[in-house]
Amino acid sequence: MKQNYDVIIIGAGSVGVPTALALAKNNIEVLVIDELASVGQGNNKKAIGGIRATHSDYGKIKIGQRSLEIFSNWEKEYGDDIGWQQNGYSYPAYTEKDEKMLKDLMKIQRSFGLNIEWLSPEKYNKLVPGINMESLRGSTFSPEDGSASPLLAINSFYFKSKELGADYHFGEKVLDIATQNEKVVGVRTDCGKYSCKYVVNAAGNFAKEIGKMVNLDLPVQPDCHEAAITEPVKPFFQPMVVDMRPAADSANYYFYQNNEGQVVFCITPDPPILGTCNESTSHFFPQVAKRMVGLYPRLANLKVRRAWRGQYPMTPDGFPIVGTVQQLEGYINAVGMCGQGFMLGPGLGELISRIISDSKNLDDDKILESFDINRDFSGTEKFK
Amino acid sequence: MKDNRIKQHPILDVKEQPTITFYWNKQPYQAQKGEVIASALFANGIRVFGHHHKDGSAQGIFCANGQCAKCTVIANGVPVKSCMTPVKENMRVESVEGLPQLPEVQERPNIADIEEKDVDVLIIGGGPAGLSAALQIKKQSVLLIDDKAKLGGKLVLQTHKFFGSVEDSHAGTRGNQIGQILAAEVEKQKNVETWVNSTALYVFYDKKVGILKDDTYKLVKPKVILNTAGAREKFLKFPGNKLAGIYGAGAFQTLVNRDLVRPTKRLFIVGGGNVGLIAGYHALQAGIEVVGLVEAMPRCGGYKVHADKLRRLGVPIYTSHTVASANGEETIESVTIAQIDENFNIIKGTEKTFECDTLLIAVGLEPVNEFAFEAEKAGIPVFSAGDALEIAEASSAMFNGKIAGLRVAQSFGNEVKNIPDSWYEKAEILKSHPGPIYDYDLPREETGVMPIIHCLQEIPCNPCTTICPTNSIRIKQENLMGIPKYVGGCIGCGKCVAICPGLAITLVDYRQESKNPIVTVPYEVMNHQVKVGDTVPAVDINGDFLADLEVVKITPMKNNKTNLIRLKSPKEIAKKIVSFRIQEAEVSKPLSQEVKLQDEEMVCLCERVSAGEVRKLIKQGITDLNQIKAITRAGMGPCGSKTCDNLLKQLMRQEGIPFDEIVENVRRPVFVEVPLGKFADGEQGGKK
Repeated sequence: MKQNYDVIIIGAGSVGVPTALALAKNNIEVLVIDELASVGQGNNKKAIGGIRATHSDYGKIKIGQRSLEIFSNWEKEYGDDIGWQQNGYSYPAYTEKDEKMLKDLMKIQRSFGLNIEWLSPEKYNKLVPGINMESLRGSTFSPEDGSASPLLAINSFYFKSKELGADYHFGEKVLDIATQNEKVVGVRTDCGKYSCKYVVNAAGNFAKEIGKMVNLDLPVQPDCHEAAITEPVKPFFQPMVVDMRPAADSANYYFYQNNEGQVVFCITPDPPILGTCNESTSHFFPQVAKRMVGLYPRLANLKVRRAWRGQYPMTPDGFPIVGTVQQLEGYINAVGMCGQGFMLGPGLGELISRIISDSKNLDDDKILESFDINRDFSGTEKFK
Repeated sequence: MKDNRIKQHPILDVKEQPTITFYWNKQPYQAQKGEVIASALFANGIRVFGHHHKDGSAQGIFCANGQCAKCTVIANGVPVKSCMTPVKENMRVESVEGLPQLPEVQERPNIADIEEKDVDVLIIGGGPAGLSAALQIKKQSVLLIDDKAKLGGKLVLQTHKFFGSVEDSHAGTRGNQIGQILAAEVEKQKNVETWVNSTALYVFYDKKVGILKDDTYKLVKPKVILNTAGAREKFLKFPGNKLAGIYGAGAFQTLVNRDLVRPTKRLFIVGGGNVGLIAGYHALQAGIEVVGLVEAMPRCGGYKVHADKLRRLGVPIYTSHTVASANGEETIESVTIAQIDENFNIIKGTEKTFECDTLLIAVGLEPVNEFAFEAEKAGIPVFSAGDALEIAEASSAMFNGKIAGLRVAQSFGNEVKNIPDSWYEKAEILKSHPGPIYDYDLPREETGVMPIIHCLQEIPCNPCTTICPTNSIRIKQENLMGIPKYVGGCIGCGKCVAICPGLAITLVDYRQESKNPIVTVPYEVMNHQVKVGDTVPAVDINGDFLADLEVVKITPMKNNKTNLIRLKSPKEIAKKIVSFRIQEAEVSKPLSQEVKLQDEEMVCLCERVSAGEVRKLIKQGITDLNQIKAITRAGMGPCGSKTCDNLLKQLMRQEGIPFDEIVENVRRPVFVEVPLGKFADGEQGGKK
């Protein structure tokens, strides 16, 4: 068994796998280690599949745009169907306050090169026929955003990265990161020891535990979100719909119709449910159904097929923590994705590969400012 | 217009029902008021309900139990499961061609909180086990739910007389009557509330059970759960297995015995367990031709008396055979079977093809244990009984249900009598698989009158010993499993002939004419009419022809609907006669011309995933069923991997993956699909 690698990635999930792919493409020898039985068995398969560049800061908008390019060109380039569709994202506004907030944000978003427009209620009703028009003030629409199947995408990335030489060890637990003179030198697991020059922490829910191994206190705290998927029907609405209005026991929720014709939806509980318990509670269905059916009555007849629960590994300000750290050479964070690992993963993978191969550009430095571990974490992401 | 309704049935009462008009793809048809759409369609000769969105292949009935979605149709604009949705006057029903269209909604939906209910005991499943258990719980509040309109579970579908013991499980009485008896007793019990048309959807981690009751979503919080949800049928992988017209015995019995619809003219059966054998017998009773039955093992796994019954009536049973291919364009038109070697590989050149329009899959059952599994995880004390615990006969389910009921009551710490050890022993016996087969032990004398017992295999059954007024039939060991033996003293009343669930006792009466005794045989396939004066082809225990004999008398047994047919027989063969053949050999003749065989075998019918596709992944080293699901969608369909889970594991085993290396699919709510609107409105149906 091979024991020497350039890079060891901890976590074969939404970020770890595309990172391995980007590294393997650059002929960097990479091993991905995951405690679970196969690729994407943590929060990747819990993601509902939305991919957007509609964020509120430079770093995420840019990474989102690059990820969108990778997702949208994937089938053309590699032949695998990953369920990609360019269906766009929309944030309808039902209050004056939301309308103003969204419109103000659009100015910043456009200045970073995001294609986003404001639709009148009538125009929005064409995209989402039958949406509740009562006090609807209009909606943002970002036509270049899209969606793909996290399950198909990660498997396709996985097989492609393996073809290019990436190695994967499943069912293996990382116990320790070995360092020497403030440099990463290897990784110890319950199955053996490996030497490497770089370790990428892409451990999702377990980012904090991995950070502890190198005396880093990462402010990453998973909280639970529940999601579900319906039976498939003929396409009847186009974009991802994000209802930002808070309710009694939940913050936003969002849904879209995927390439199979199934509607996938997810809700953010408020107050948050901390922890990593994946068991479903009876609360979710009535909570989300009341809101969705109220917003979009047509959904009432759609049969719910399956529900699940996953986590957003949250940071205090809602932005990820990505990049190197001063204390330890060769250690790279790719953590705290706040529920956006799937949509940011491919872009971040390339960025990390550039960090490791020492080929960062000026834009990369600007992007990494948003994700800097040493920021004060006092800001708030508007589009968590 | 075709009318596939059963107008006459030897066991079931056929009542005249009011008819209503409904439309199928814009054409008007007649339905019976109250029946489900699927049955109305079958009654009108419609068996293809739509075409799959993945490959355009035909879909029809499959589980008839609300568990899958293959029978989906569009009713008044909304996609529904036709096996669970009652047909309504002037309903516009349309086939689903590809993905269905979601209707537009004009009015604002009602939004209301979900009602919650606390109970001591929740019993999931009102079949033999659940009903028997409820009868033992006297002091706690009990809620018993069942997803069907009528209590009784699968007993409702059983027209045959039951095995087991008379005192513990109503042996000798027909299943559907036992169901009624138990349900009536339960409904008298004040502490038990029963909810029919109520499907349990999931046991949530916060200790609440989601239930869809008459289309209204409810949450129930029980202190204890008793899972008596029964079993589900296993499916089989073979080329052509996705064709419409291939389904389980449960679906078949639902159509035939509950809804009195004849879904097929020519039936072929896969599987020689009791389920397959009994389904064959039910088919004959409903006037359906049973072309044959294949069983992979060298001997049928079901009771010998059930297999004998089929053979005698003229149905060939092919042991050590399997299905090589189901053939046809949309629906099955023929089946090719072949002999298999000891490694279950097909022996080339042994293929035979038979014309049939329906293939019944009866290759075993598995417990519906997901409720117990989730309850345990949530920390709700849970008991299981009946098939949900261990697959066995309904007689066993009743007795084990009774024990489980007492154990539930005991768990509340009330004064409940101790369960005697002998009960547990009996519970074990009732669960027994059939035992060894013995040779005939025929009496030598040729005078007087005597029963001849053609029951040669140990099975848990005793009605013949209980019913005999002169106590002249005894079981050798003091054990339900023994072979019954005639010990002398017969008065010729015929009660044993009429009660034997295996139809395996005859009476030979030498008293009138010792050279030509009268042989009394039981008969309950009256839609093949037999009259006094007819000549019938008498057969022995294996169905081999003995002689053409004259029917001299017919005695209908009013109380249990078995007819006693008296045949005049030469004394040389009198004791060998068990019955007479009713199905012509012509029915079971193989086709002479070649047919085009199918090559694609499906593992996941919902998502149309072929065995080949999955095999390729396993060969790449994938042993996590979750990853196979992620890539192929096998298990992502409406049935929730209830059908493919087994087949996927089988494939893994065939590819040499040890069982403990297979990573199981994660189970998630809900176990049955439910419209989103039901969760938003707790007042549906009860709107003010």
